[in-house]
Amino acid sequence: MSGEENQRRLRVNPTLCTGFGYCAEIVPELISLDDWGYPIVDQSPIESDSLNQHSKRAVAACPRLALLLEEMPKTAR
Amino acid sequence: MSAAQAGLAPILSIRPAVGTRLMAGPSPTGGFEHIDDHQRRLGGRPAGGAWLLDVLGQAGLRGRGGAWFPTARKWSAVAQHSDGHAVVVVNGSEGEPLSAKDRVLLTLRPHLVLDGAVLAAETLRADDIVIYLSRAATTTERTVQQALKERARAGLPEPPIRIEKCAHRYIAGESSAVINRVSGGLAKPRFTLGRSAEKGVNDQPTLVQNAETIAHVALIARYGTEWYRRLGTDSCPGTGLMTLRGNVKRPGVYEVDLGATVGGVLEATGGTVTPPGGALLGGYFGTWLAPHSLRDLPLDADRLRKEFKASFGCGVLAVLPDGGCAIVESTRILSYLAAETAGQCGPCVNGLAALSETMERIAASQPEAGDYERVLRWMDMVKGRGACHHPDGAVGQLASALTVFKDHLNTHLSGIRCRGTQVQGFPRPPAPGDGWK
Repeated sequence: MSGEENQRRLRVNPTLCTGFGYCAEIVPELISLDDWGYPIVDQSPIESDSLNQHSKRAVAACPRLALLLEEMPKTAR
Repeated sequence: MSAAQAGLAPILSIRPAVGTRLMAGPSPTGGFEHIDDHQRRLGGRPAGGAWLLDVLGQAGLRGRGGAWFPTARKWSAVAQHSDGHAVVVVNGSEGEPLSAKDRVLLTLRPHLVLDGAVLAAETLRADDIVIYLSRAATTTERTVQQALKERARAGLPEPPIRIEKCAHRYIAGESSAVINRVSGGLAKPRFTLGRSAEKGVNDQPTLVQNAETIAHVALIARYGTEWYRRLGTDSCPGTGLMTLRGNVKRPGVYEVDLGATVGGVLEATGGTVTPPGGALLGGYFGTWLAPHSLRDLPLDADRLRKEFKASFGCGVLAVLPDGGCAIVESTRILSYLAAETAGQCGPCVNGLAALSETMERIAASQPEAGDYERVLRWMDMVKGRGACHHPDGAVGQLASALTVFKDHLNTHLSGIRCRGTQVQGFPRPPAPGDGWK
């Protein structure tokens, strides 16, 4: 991997999340809800600008501050 | 027996079998080995330092809490971040109901563990050493306290060592729960993007290491790599402590050569009472195994993972009696683990509850339509979605039972009554714990 910008991915802190579910409405491409209303997050690096924007909105919209964008760990050389 | 001790299974008979390193020395009936005897038998310990990182790496010591992670790598990560204020936590909490090895080790050879803890502190430049014990293990705590007094009286040059206690719960020994508790909080796991090697107890670089692993360090530091590698395999050298339970003639804690097979261990320890109906290897986060696979089953962690999709975990082997039912026992364990959730993560709380409710119907041979499909769906759904590996371990245990005993599972799914529900001899899970401090 030799991207100029740091790649990021969505993570959820499951100890904070209470399953409001806004995140899945904002980025359904990366977040679905399980049978109990808790988010299942696609943790692969976010590729497109628009998904990045939506992800940021989802992070900001979480009432529990449970969703975060994580800088991807640099690949081992 | 005190009320606090009531939550623990009794300490079983101890008969070192295939290897005697940690358990070498005086007979267990005489209580723990005192500092004078310990030093006379083993000699003084060398001082820790960077040299020990190399030696542990060459020795190939791996963590005995269940993950079998290379000890030298774990230590190196802490050493890298330590500025002289690191913390060493010896994890002796042993919340796994089937395991007794750490408790037995600490109760008989406390100085071995304490030597190892000091070696770790010297090597990692730590100024705080914590022995982390379950509140229920009152005998163990008393022994460690006496051992600490002996060391103080002997004037051993070492940093202060303190005891921290936690509620006797399954998950209280998970490393982030240990860090929370030792930092003054509850013994519940926490979610973090960082690593405890960098920011652990009170944000200091922290090593959390299982008590048995630490005890091996005390011997490797004295006798070296070549000696250590004389037993075991290339990838898992040395000996290990095993707790044998269930359908075995002589249940107890044994020290075994990691190069041995399960069949060899069973033979050396008196064998089974009735022909084995299968076994659970590695504790409640472990793997169910078919009876025919037991004889030649290796203890080597890598071979177990690659060839058998199994894990030696914390060294528990619980043998199912002839006619016993792994679906039933696995469901009992699942229900216990569902009740032992820390209650923090939705997928674990809801998923394990739903799984155990559904599995209880299947175990009773009274499934509703779609129950098995729901179980498969939920097992997949909860995996990897907790702050710790509690849901993963619980589901892994269940999945192995459903796979290995698939034919018998069909009996349950067809509504045919299973006589295995009535078979005694496999240890029942205890009542769930109380409180989190």
